[in-house]
Amino acid sequence: MNEQEFRKEVAAWMATHLVGRFACLKHRGGPGDEEAYPALRKEWEQEMASGGWVGLGWPKEHGGRDLPLALQLAFHEEYVRAGGPGRMGHIGETLTAPTLIALGTPEQQRRFLPGIREGREYWAQGYSEPGAGSDLAAISTRCWQDEDGRWRLQGQKVWTSLAHESDWIFVIARSTPGSVGREGLSFLLVPLDQPGIEIHPIRQLTGEAEFNSVFFDGAVTEADCIVGQPGEGWKVAMALLGFERGVSTLGQQMHFSHELQLLLEVARANGAAQDPAIRQRIADAWIGLQGLRYNGLRMLEDDTGSTKVRPEALIYKYAWSNWHRDLGQLAMDVIGVAGDVRSDEDAVRRLQQVFFFSRSDTIYAGTNEIQLNIISERGLGMPRG
Amino acid sequence: MNLTLSDEQRALQETAADFLAEQGNARKDVQDDAGLWAHIVELGWAAVQVPEELDGLGLGAVELGLLMEEMGRRLVRTPFFSTVVLAQTALLQAGSAHAQQRCLPALAFGAQAATLILGPGLDADPATLTVHARRDGEGWHLHGEAAQVLDDGQIDVAYVAARLEGDAAIGLFEVQAGATGVERTPLEVWDLTRPQARWCFDEVRVDAEARVDDADKVCAGLVRTRVLAALQLAAEQVGGAAQCLQLAVDYTKERVQFGRPVATFQAVKHRVAEMMVRMETARSTVRGVMARVAAAAESDAAALDDAALFAEVSAARVLATEAYRYCAQEAIQLHGGVGFTWEYDPQLHFKRAQWASQWLGASSAWRETLAAQLLDVA
Repeated sequence: MNEQEFRKEVAAWMATHLVGRFACLKHRGGPGDEEAYPALRKEWEQEMASGGWVGLGWPKEHGGRDLPLALQLAFHEEYVRAGGPGRMGHIGETLTAPTLIALGTPEQQRRFLPGIREGREYWAQGYSEPGAGSDLAAISTRCWQDEDGRWRLQGQKVWTSLAHESDWIFVIARSTPGSVGREGLSFLLVPLDQPGIEIHPIRQLTGEAEFNSVFFDGAVTEADCIVGQPGEGWKVAMALLGFERGVSTLGQQMHFSHELQLLLEVARANGAAQDPAIRQRIADAWIGLQGLRYNGLRMLEDDTGSTKVRPEALIYKYAWSNWHRDLGQLAMDVIGVAGDVRSDEDAVRRLQQVFFFSRSDTIYAGTNEIQLNIISERGLGMPRG
Repeated sequence: MNLTLSDEQRALQETAADFLAEQGNARKDVQDDAGLWAHIVELGWAAVQVPEELDGLGLGAVELGLLMEEMGRRLVRTPFFSTVVLAQTALLQAGSAHAQQRCLPALAFGAQAATLILGPGLDADPATLTVHARRDGEGWHLHGEAAQVLDDGQIDVAYVAARLEGDAAIGLFEVQAGATGVERTPLEVWDLTRPQARWCFDEVRVDAEARVDDADKVCAGLVRTRVLAALQLAAEQVGGAAQCLQLAVDYTKERVQFGRPVATFQAVKHRVAEMMVRMETARSTVRGVMARVAAAAESDAAALDDAALFAEVSAARVLATEAYRYCAQEAIQLHGGVGFTWEYDPQLHFKRAQWASQWLGASSAWRETLAAQLLDVA
């Protein structure tokens, strides 16, 4: 399929569907703004599903469209360009589904993929724990099988995005008593709406609560809700992280570009655009975004058959999160004292969210420090401590 | 846009890497420089961007950039940068068709090594030019001084941008290095891999044929030359940064303190990782912009206007400048005491990185022009 035509098709669909009752969703939602219209954004997911825009990269036999990476990226870019709201279904679509497609049983695929594709079932990710952050293998949540084969869970997960809006959670838990580290873990699919589970919101420094603690107290799930064999949980968990080859992450560059445009508008309007030091920093922000963009395009390079490390992929998380954090600081320096007040002006409100929320960017999904360890060890062959 | 290198491009890159790893002359006697330059010309590298109708290879920014990256890695001392990246580009962008046909084949096949003289630091703003041209019958008299010219002593000819007296316009003139009235004084530079000389023009008489510009496009053409040359310089900077990273990684893996290689210390690992982040980001951008420029040259549909070209290159240039300076500085630090010595290579890169940061526009100037594009819309 021709990329330009595909882009036009996406843009045309967005122009005729992100209207009416959905119009208020433009540029809303996503990290830092998850409390905006969650119910309506779920309806929007169903609208998107009916347009055939969910599961673009999934194989056709699982209801996807099997589009190449370049077109998936084109979709994300056009989606954001049109103001498409932050996706409620992205954990299911980009993490749960590829994992089930690769490692799930046919029954699991039949049971779960349609709900994700049709925007009916929402997923949360149960990896981190209070004692297992950067050291993810230090998991202490336990799971075991009852006599009837059903799985039970005991423990606590934390930083669970949107758990309060989700129906299911995938969890890694310790199934072999006394095991340590990566051994003895299992990967379970667990329904959230049950007496054995309590979800407590975590109020973040912005005052909002997009993350949660999820407490499992004898929570239960069916015997066949395990992906892989008991004890293979670490392997499945890592495979899941590998499926996210950054296509939706690349789409986020359009969000960044939108944020930078807002910053330029504010700077022009309030006179900060005249300050020579601010001008230098604004130019640097634009340059940095170009760096992310070309780095992203390099990630799409064809390297079929090569087993070489992809340096551009390895550095990407560190690069974008630090760029974004700097953008937030620059935005507040542009806004000046007016930044002290929670703004109702769209541009300023969004930039304030960037400033505060981006402090988490360099912490979640591998802190800066963990990223630098990984880059030096995998990218440069530096020896492990 | 596709950033994947073709098989031919990959082969060119590998050949260049292998050849220069062996033949790099940063630490060799300058007596042998002419031999290396002749060898490079023989390999056809100086013909890469010359159009096929002028007997060149007719390739584009990507191929030239791959060569520049490898030359930057080995700090090669040849007139390649001044001849190909500066003089050829100026002829291609600002030269008349007649002058292109007359001059480019000689520059492509090494009969001549050339340099380009604009304002200080290769500024293309006419107000900064320090050489003046006065009409004299059919020919011209050139007068003035260029304080710092890229000149490794092998230069045969300079292309000199001069202000035309009694006229707001500028012209581009071909001046033989040995012409009467030309005085070249080598300068004692810190970066010995990029030699410079002062050129004085004392009423240098040239004939009409020596004016090589196309008067309608000389101003814009020289601005474009500067931008395209900056993109190639960015590729060279990326190569240098990559080598600094390699040197730092190799050395810290070898150097043992407290009973273990210093590469095992997290403080060291994080520093090399940060070098890699900056260098690879610059490399992605330089390669991406090269591909963009090459696509623009091949198809009208992908054409870049001057503002768009400037913006694209500014990203590549600023990222490469900052990455190279950072990586060179870190390479010295990570070598510890020996990093401060003449014998170890980090100092060579430190000096080249500083040189490269100032010529063809410092980062602050690129940023300000870009900021004006972004912020000062009517």
